Amino acid sequence: MNTQSSAGPALVVDRLTKRFGERTAFSEVSFAVDYGEVFGFLGPNGAGKTTTVRTLGTLIAPSSGTASVAGLPLNAANGVAIRGRIAVMPESPGLYLRLSVAENLTYFAGLYDLADRRERIARALKAVGLEHRADDLCRSLSKGLKQRVGLARALLSDPQVLFLDEPTSGLDPVAAREVHELIDGLRRRGVTIFLTTHRLAEAERLCDRVGIMNTTLRTIGRPDELRDRLFAKSIEVRTREPLADPDRVLAGLPGCEGWRRNEDGAYVLSVTDPDAAAPAAARAVLAAGADLLALTPTRHSLEDVYLQMIDTDVEAEQR
Amino acid sequence: MISTLSTTRIRAVVGKEIRDYRRNRFIATTMAIMPILFMIAPIVTIFSLPADVASQKLDAAIGVSVLYLTLIPALVPAVVASYTIVGEREQGTLEPVLTTPLTREELLLGKALAAFLPTLVISYAMYGIFLACAGLFAHPNVSDDIFQAGRILAQVLFTPLLAAWSIWAGIAISTRASDVRVAQQLSTLVSLPPLAVTALMGFGVITPSLRLALILGLALLAIDVAAGRFVAKLFDRERLLTGVKA
Ligand SMILES: Nc1ncnc2c1ncn2[C@@H]1O[C@H](COP(=O)(O)OP(=O)(O)O)[C@@H](O)[C@H]1O
Ligand SMILES: [Mg+2]
Repeated sequence: MNTQSSAGPALVVDRLTKRFGERTAFSEVSFAVDYGEVFGFLGPNGAGKTTTVRTLGTLIAPSSGTASVAGLPLNAANGVAIRGRIAVMPESPGLYLRLSVAENLTYFAGLYDLADRRERIARALKAVGLEHRADDLCRSLSKGLKQRVGLARALLSDPQVLFLDEPTSGLDPVAAREVHELIDGLRRRGVTIFLTTHRLAEAERLCDRVGIMNTTLRTIGRPDELRDRLFAKSIEVRTREPLADPDRVLAGLPGCEGWRRNEDGAYVLSVTDPDAAAPAAARAVLAAGADLLALTPTRHSLEDVYLQMIDTDVEAEQR
Repeated sequence: MISTLSTTRIRAVVGKEIRDYRRNRFIATTMAIMPILFMIAPIVTIFSLPADVASQKLDAAIGVSVLYLTLIPALVPAVVASYTIVGEREQGTLEPVLTTPLTREELLLGKALAAFLPTLVISYAMYGIFLACAGLFAHPNVSDDIFQAGRILAQVLFTPLLAAWSIWAGIAISTRASDVRVAQQLSTLVSLPPLAVTALMGFGVITPSLRLALILGLALLAIDVAAGRFVAKLFDRERLLTGVKA
């Protein structure tokens, strides 16, 4: 469907950094996105997601690092060419409220210098299920419908890479679900999408791969991989009295990578293989002469791990 | 850079701007009422002049009339142009536009033309009505003065030049302003200085002549071109979006 003018990935980002004066919006970010992929950028508010989208969309210049967007090196000279190959749906759709849906789309069809405007506008409206609202003034639309008009606008030019910045933020669950279904539809059609979100569930549901971001890129992978990787497996060992020499007892158990003591005084073992580690830990504790009160496997939710992963304050670390 | 300007994109901007202005109550009202006010005053003035008016007094009266009429191309586009960027920024409509292949020159030219074309139509129409009224109803002494070639040429020539100045000044202010009201007040002020030239001519302090009108016209044109260049420099994409210098 897309005319890809060059082989290779849709996006290549290498150690890209953007600073606003003293403040770092994002730092040393590197990743690549293939054509046909839906790539999610997951991070809390202020993580630098919007700034990344604006930088890759040639709206603001990076402070350092390099990138290529839709096959073109990201630089000032390529701005017009890059913007001709991509489309961006910003965080707020920014429609002209005094103009109708069709008039908004007509304007953008002109800005993209599209040939068959009428058909493209009709197709884009159909894609978001708004073909009957073409003549409504945008002022009269609900937030969810405005978001869909924004999506239609981004689809007009059949972009090689589609950037969606928090496409469901501020929507009620029903409207958000509708937008999810639309994005799912685009994904099935093979549209390359770079999507930002602060919602874990959204990233999991919509994306082929997810990067977890908080000023720096913390990790990257398929949602199921991340789930495995991020699901911290651990065993909590509770004894009546503290162990005299816990390191001798707990270090080097089979299937166990390390241990720490939590606030309640229990020992938390990080394990790779709970089935091997649990009986070994029980034997070791008993052999050390301690009273074993409980031995429980604990599972962190993906959410806990996500929160832990984004928790580190990078600017503080840099100081 | 000029060679890459897309007329399609510029036309798209002009079309959207004009459509949007027509539905913007404040701008539409200003564009409708202001020119009529500035045309009624001169017409009333010339009708109230007696036939045997002293030539000194005649010149002064017609000077005021002409000044009123030149306020139209100065003030009307100032109101429109000063709204253009800050208005979009306030509505959050600028960011999606900046993500398209549109260049800043195309955006600026489109916005300038969208203020310029209606201003020309309105200003010339009002001047035409004024001339028609003078020709039909005013005393020959009065209409002879109004129909001097120098006066007419000056009006025809200065209308687009004054408009261009007001538009560039308005856009420049709009690019930097954080608030629509402030931008409009500032732009109104800044649109006035070039009127000094037409005022001097209108009041006969400098004798209106073809030569003088042409020279002043050229000077204004040079200022307009320089102002256009200056505005293009001011217009940094990143600054527009984030208010921060790159
Ligand atoms: N124009 C700007 N000037 C200064 N700081 C900015 C600007 N834009 C964004 N920032 C800062 O950069 C950081 C990242 O912001 P942003 O990209 O909007 O995050 P997100 O979209 O993930 O919520 C924030 O600390 C924000 O305050
Ligand atoms: Mg954001």
